[in-house]
Amino acid sequence: MEAKKTLFQGDLESLTFVLVTDCGSTTTKALAFERRDDGWHQSFRGEAPTTVEEPVADVTVGVLNAFSEIQEVSGRRILNEAEAPPFLVREEGEVGSDLYLSTSSAGGGLQMMVSGIVHEMSVESAERAALGAGAIVLEAFSADDERDEHEIIERIRHLRPDIVLMAGGTDGGASEHVTEMAEMIVAADPRPRFGKTLRLPLIFAGNSAAAESVEEIFRDRAQISVVPNVRQTLSEENLRPAREAIHDFFLKHVMSHSPGYDKLLSWTPVPVMPTPAAVGDIVQEYAEQNKLSVLCADIGGATTDVFSVFSNEEGEQIFNRTVSANLGMSYSIANVLVEAGAANISRWLADPLTEHEVRDRLRNKMIRPTSIPQTVDDLILEQAVCREALRLSLDHHRSLAVGLSGAQRQRGIADIFSQSASRYELVDLLKLDVVIGSGGVLSHAPNRLQAALMMLEGFGLQGITQLTVDSIFMMPHLGVFSSVHPEAATEIFSRDCLVNIAHSIVPIFPPKKSIRKLCRVTFEKKEVKELLRGEFSLHQEFAHQEGILEVEPLSPSVDVGNGPGRAVQKHVTLGGFGLILDGRNRPQEWTEDSHIQQQKLFESLQLYSSEAP
Amino acid sequence: MRSRALTPGLIATAHARISRTRELPVPGEILVEIGEQVRADQVVARAELAGELYILRLPERMGLEVSEVLEGLQVKEGDAVEPGDLLCSKSGLFGLLSTEAKAPEQGVVEFIARGTGHLGLRLPPNQITVDAYISGSVAEVDPEKSVTIESDLAFVQGIFGVGGERKGRVTFLPIEPDEEIGEELFSDQHRGAICIGGSRPTFSALRRAEEVGIAGLICGSLDDEVLATFLGYELGIALTGDEDIPFSIMITEGFGVLPLSERVYRALEGREGVSASMNGKTQVRAGAVRPELLVEEKERREHSPRVEPLQLEVGARIRLLRVPYFGKFAEITALPIAEEYIPTGAKTRVLRARLEDGQEVTVPRANVELVENARS
Repeated sequence: MEAKKTLFQGDLESLTFVLVTDCGSTTTKALAFERRDDGWHQSFRGEAPTTVEEPVADVTVGVLNAFSEIQEVSGRRILNEAEAPPFLVREEGEVGSDLYLSTSSAGGGLQMMVSGIVHEMSVESAERAALGAGAIVLEAFSADDERDEHEIIERIRHLRPDIVLMAGGTDGGASEHVTEMAEMIVAADPRPRFGKTLRLPLIFAGNSAAAESVEEIFRDRAQISVVPNVRQTLSEENLRPAREAIHDFFLKHVMSHSPGYDKLLSWTPVPVMPTPAAVGDIVQEYAEQNKLSVLCADIGGATTDVFSVFSNEEGEQIFNRTVSANLGMSYSIANVLVEAGAANISRWLADPLTEHEVRDRLRNKMIRPTSIPQTVDDLILEQAVCREALRLSLDHHRSLAVGLSGAQRQRGIADIFSQSASRYELVDLLKLDVVIGSGGVLSHAPNRLQAALMMLEGFGLQGITQLTVDSIFMMPHLGVFSSVHPEAATEIFSRDCLVNIAHSIVPIFPPKKSIRKLCRVTFEKKEVKELLRGEFSLHQEFAHQEGILEVEPLSPSVDVGNGPGRAVQKHVTLGGFGLILDGRNRPQEWTEDSHIQQQKLFESLQLYSSEAP
Repeated sequence: MRSRALTPGLIATAHARISRTRELPVPGEILVEIGEQVRADQVVARAELAGELYILRLPERMGLEVSEVLEGLQVKEGDAVEPGDLLCSKSGLFGLLSTEAKAPEQGVVEFIARGTGHLGLRLPPNQITVDAYISGSVAEVDPEKSVTIESDLAFVQGIFGVGGERKGRVTFLPIEPDEEIGEELFSDQHRGAICIGGSRPTFSALRRAEEVGIAGLICGSLDDEVLATFLGYELGIALTGDEDIPFSIMITEGFGVLPLSERVYRALEGREGVSASMNGKTQVRAGAVRPELLVEEKERREHSPRVEPLQLEVGARIRLLRVPYFGKFAEITALPIAEEYIPTGAKTRVLRARLEDGQEVTVPRANVELVENARS
């Protein structure tokens, strides 16, 4: 993990009450974090509509409205109508706040375009830098792009990026392709989204030998910042300088053009962070402090963000973020249908619907995205879509979350297109410790077990995994708080943010092997079950217990996370639903008609019954 | 009792004061003045868009070193050139075997990159024009940027559409609102018409409508697969208006088999043959844009009411958006304040409503759409 700068200069020991807002596109959510005798807690929350748009056009109005809700529910005096800043700075007692922090994704978040020379090398590194900084990547271009030059120019011309990140070439290598790419961008003349007279903010993080030529090409045309190469050599990636430059430009050029942000920035000693960057930070902080591999998905109405921390071949924890821009549960629900296909969605349903019915219902949700399921079969359909959106967004994430390996070799520009660095997938579900679900469909599922099943089946989890959800979408707030007080942020994260649902145990095995008994599961030396192939069982009797979980394969081909035939022993704290044992292998095996199988599963778990726990 | 809940509403009204602002994508010239009467197809603003930039890679093209290209340049930044004008020439030994590069098009030399010897040639600008879209009077002018036209019109909003702005005369199809739209309904007399009526079109009906050259189709619903075949691809998100299709389509109810609403017929009563403008553009995300039909008055009226947002209140007419009541109309009978459990197990704010058959139902507030009774 990249070292984090501590941006707060005050005394951490003196902090007792901190206000944090996340200014989203529609809602500004304020949370209060408080230190009590037993440590840090999330104590109060308040919400108000975001006021970036006309007629208010001042983000701080929504922030103060959210503060005023906190003031009402907490009884603590926070607002200070006479002076600036308009909230009280705590001096002593139960008045005011010690610190104010904020994240923002209002106005569509940070939108970027990236370019490089070879798609699988510099372009991917540039994408990882932009995504890690919390951006949406509108388009990624490479010199080996299959499109014609005029098509690329036409496409760039229609984009309105906030920032362009140019990468390409290893340091000291040939620079012609980099300068040609710069000329192509100049030819397309993309206009920044904000500030019609503003010159395009552009970061160059490519071959240092080309920096001078690139600066010359963009002279008078862009505001350029040159930072160290994201890909100095084929096997080395250095994303931090580019990410820092992106955050710097985000504050100077994107934030400063959003109404009221100049005032907001003056209220906080720490820079306002893009919301997804803050989520990424708390995920990284949690993974690092607890030495865990973590997968986190935030499935929204329009997009799905996936964050992961897995170890590379050298044992170093690597963070990745991807955004599946058109996989979501409302605005983009029909795109999940298009990408997954109606049959893949239907297989998760208990009562079969005709393909026409599935298509019509999802299209009608697309045009009325704020409507909610009103019947159980409609809820099951949306949760089926969620499984497919999770599956597709994880596929996307796997393709970008890669490790680099292999010896560096000298090469000329002539053969650079034909070579690729040695890449390997970082995501290994058998090594995954914790999965975190966020977004309405997971966080607000009527029954937490429904959320657990969506993640278990959608991601196709394997081995032993702890299943959790973000209780009230607190991760952005904790992410920016972690830039000030990482220990307090992770304490609140574990205590108030993560809802521990259950641990799932999914043995995997070669599908063609004739195996009946998969594994024996014991908890605190007490046998839970001998899991058979195709079985699925819930063991809620172990809910909220802490102890040693042992899973012993009963066949040499069965893998529960330590390699085929090898047992796993883990110290765990079980969630409200205890243990889930799933003997359906991965990819999931269907022993009979999928609808009948799902119906039996839902009934046995009382998943959609009003008597469900 | 009124609610502040944000509930979408769709308008269908026979008379309304409508204004539409026509914006240039880049600063340009406004061609009309405040108070002037304009026709829907009249150009009211124009601008020039910068031409394309051609990059001429002279060293590669001429087989020369960068320094040789720079020495042989015959033009400088800012020079205007015609096709065939000499850009660079370099003589070989004893003046023999000279190499030349000529301008491929008319343009202006925008840059010469000293590091690479590449030359950027900006082609002449393209002119773009914006028409009035609706007939009416010019109410506002924002110099170089936009012009706002106002008019008294019949106004119908749809729930979803494809295709951009179209103009034509209103033509009712001779079928019942719940009948499927077949190919036999279209003939040469429908050329240039905005055709209105029926539940949903078959694919062959859309093909026939294309053959006869209709301008637009307004109906109750669409079959998702028919739409995909017509467009040539499946839509993933409701962000439309730029489709390359021969006519625009607007539906008023949704996907499936749903009749064109009576209120649309009532709003357009007596407008057969009248000039109209429509736009299939739909944008469901923030700042929602719904498709629309705007029909001119037969005679000029004064003081049409402005369209007011609809309110969620007891007595208001609504359409229900989810199964088991999808597509049904109802009247709100109560707006309880406290959240209630619904059959999925979720707890949410609800309302009670009476369906047209008299049944009383409880539905989430998120699952209703306010509909206006057509005003005549």
